[in-house]
Amino acid sequence: MSDTSANAVAFVRTESVPASAPPVNAAGPVKWLKDNLFDGVGNSILTVLAFVAIFLILSNTMPWVINGIWDAPTLAACREILDGTTGACFAVLSERWNQLLFGFKYPTEMYWRPALAFAMLFVAFAPVLFFDLPRKLLIFTGLYPFIAFWLIWGGPIVNPILALVGLIVGYMVFVRLEKTSFAMAMGAGVVSAAVIWSLSKVIGSDSAIFSIGYLETVPSRDLGGFMLNMMLGVTCVSLSLPLGIALALGRQSSMPLIKYVCVIFIEFIRGVPLITLLFVASVMLGYFFPPGSGVDLFIRVVIMITLFSAAYIAEVVRGGLAALPKGQYEAADSLGLDYAQATRLIILPQALKISIPGIVNIAVGLFKDTTLVSVISMFDMVGMIRGPILASTDWNGVYWELFSFAALLFFVVCYGISQYSQWLERRLATDH
Amino acid sequence: MNKSVLFGAMTVASLAAGAAAAGTLEDVQARGKLNCGVTTGLVGFAAPDANGEWKGFDVAVCRAVAAAVLGDGNAVEFVPTTGKTRFTALASGEIDMLARNTTWTLSRDVDLKFTFVGVNYYDGQGFMAPKELGVASAKDLDGATVCIQTGTTTELNLADFFRANNISYEPVPIETNAEAQQQYLAGACDVFTTDASGLAATRATFENPQDHVLLPEIVSKEPLGPLVRHGDNEWGDIVRWTLNALITAEELGVTSANLAEMSAGTNNPEINRLLGTEGTLGEMLGLSATWANDAIAVSGNYGEVFEANIGESTPIGLARGLNAQWTDGGLIYSPPFR
Repeated sequence: MSDTSANAVAFVRTESVPASAPPVNAAGPVKWLKDNLFDGVGNSILTVLAFVAIFLILSNTMPWVINGIWDAPTLAACREILDGTTGACFAVLSERWNQLLFGFKYPTEMYWRPALAFAMLFVAFAPVLFFDLPRKLLIFTGLYPFIAFWLIWGGPIVNPILALVGLIVGYMVFVRLEKTSFAMAMGAGVVSAAVIWSLSKVIGSDSAIFSIGYLETVPSRDLGGFMLNMMLGVTCVSLSLPLGIALALGRQSSMPLIKYVCVIFIEFIRGVPLITLLFVASVMLGYFFPPGSGVDLFIRVVIMITLFSAAYIAEVVRGGLAALPKGQYEAADSLGLDYAQATRLIILPQALKISIPGIVNIAVGLFKDTTLVSVISMFDMVGMIRGPILASTDWNGVYWELFSFAALLFFVVCYGISQYSQWLERRLATDH
Repeated sequence: MNKSVLFGAMTVASLAAGAAAAGTLEDVQARGKLNCGVTTGLVGFAAPDANGEWKGFDVAVCRAVAAAVLGDGNAVEFVPTTGKTRFTALASGEIDMLARNTTWTLSRDVDLKFTFVGVNYYDGQGFMAPKELGVASAKDLDGATVCIQTGTTTELNLADFFRANNISYEPVPIETNAEAQQQYLAGACDVFTTDASGLAATRATFENPQDHVLLPEIVSKEPLGPLVRHGDNEWGDIVRWTLNALITAEELGVTSANLAEMSAGTNNPEINRLLGTEGTLGEMLGLSATWANDAIAVSGNYGEVFEANIGESTPIGLARGLNAQWTDGGLIYSPPFR
């Protein structure tokens, strides 16, 4: 017998106990510290060592940075101000920032032109990079190269307009005749574009039309600084991407002539160091053109860097093409799509998505490789530092400040590119 | 093999084509600008200043030639060249002359087919050591560690010097002058060796230059001067005599300050011939009578150019030494203007 009936119980809890806060060491910052920094003896030691290392680095560099002098005419004056204490001479940056950004010969009163072109670059690239934006913005992207050319190099506005009109006319002729024969349409398009381009010669350079929208011309030799790196980087990446895709497709082609031309081109370029190609562009071509004529050095360099990175991009894209299951190709064929349609609608969208990290890798590498032009005496950012600035009697002996600044600028751009590519990969991810 | 023959043939053909074209003087006059090769930057010798204006000892030679030929010291297109591109730029005709601290050697003169028109700076390899090391002569450097740029003639000169004096050393190979400065200051080597003018310029950038001494020994000959292509002697003469005009002007006491006064005519016939008030020297060169006057007017005579760019009043602080006039015991000597 038991008297454990309900009535016999003195107290019955009718509501649940309010949840008490977890123990201090099982939640909040303490748990985070314990889990992430002091998880076991070994990890604790590593954490302490890491903190010591960070402290040592910061305690040695921060006084140098914080104590930096931003206003002094020469290195000697800067050292006088510092008077033996630790500190950086950032004054070289505040005195020569314009040379670092624009080169030493770009006319000072015209800095707004490349600066404006740089600002417009973002507008032009936005619809290409972020495809949720209205498609009509692409019209501006198409116009941008001509605007930027006019802004940076100057000259009458007629030249870029004629170039643009020639391109449009050529394209329209091509579209009109494309149905009859691809090769003929191509030829007719090129001829009609050339006719338009030669118009400027026909008009004669002293005509009044050339004074419309005339900006003072700046020769390529006067370009320099980070502007030159940006120009080379942007131009070469934009040109080498389509060329690289074409090469990758060509390499997969079943037509032996196209295939072997592409294979030989890619393998040759990949077997040659970029610096060799740059020397060819700057030195060897000088022998073959008569003095004073010939192609502009900037264009020669753009061609060489573009060919170089196109070969690498071609291999990356080929990797993407090879990674596609054969079924995709067969599915495209079974839908009755021809080669162009299948490639454009089925194959490339998937292959390029796979290739994004590789392509971005090449783009970042290419951008940094543009500093190599300093060895062929073009004054890009590094060329400016190593040449004119370090060779001036005022600033000979400043290294860390200048190269840190260059590193910072390059880091900002390259980190931006890599962040964009990660966003793009997330945006394109369809395998959820 | 076939390819190199082909390229060689093309090079020769293009050189021949360049030589067959009109003379360099006519080209320069038609262009209205002198294309002058300089370094991409060497302290005191050639570097653009904060306003992008080229300044320096070699630059002054370019400007003087431009003034002699075109009457305007600013009618120069400075073409920056590196040590690797300088000779091809000159050979291919991209530049009309090269004034880029280039050492006059037999192989450059004969094999590369250039004409060195003179010497505007007599350099030589020297040594720099910290004062606290207490050495007074390079011969005391037995067993020292030496910072040395690899692949240069300085490396060979150094070996020769130590062997000839029967002492030993330990080389610390480094790649660039900037690296050498850092290594030397960090104490990685006892001594740093390179051209004496470079040593002086380097020392000028140190925080405490007075703690370092340049040793008196100069162990090699590095005559630096402007050069032109083989095949156009008239042009070579113009560059040679423009340089000589600057040198003669110093010898005769013609400075930028008294130039106007002197060019009105003096009692010294050589000054008169130089400045074109007597004789037809300019005409013989194919230039105007006032060619030397114009050249000197740009930045003064040789001595003034030296003082303004690398002399003792500048941070580089080079003494005239070998580069004093022959009348002062130096090697700077111009043939007579007659």
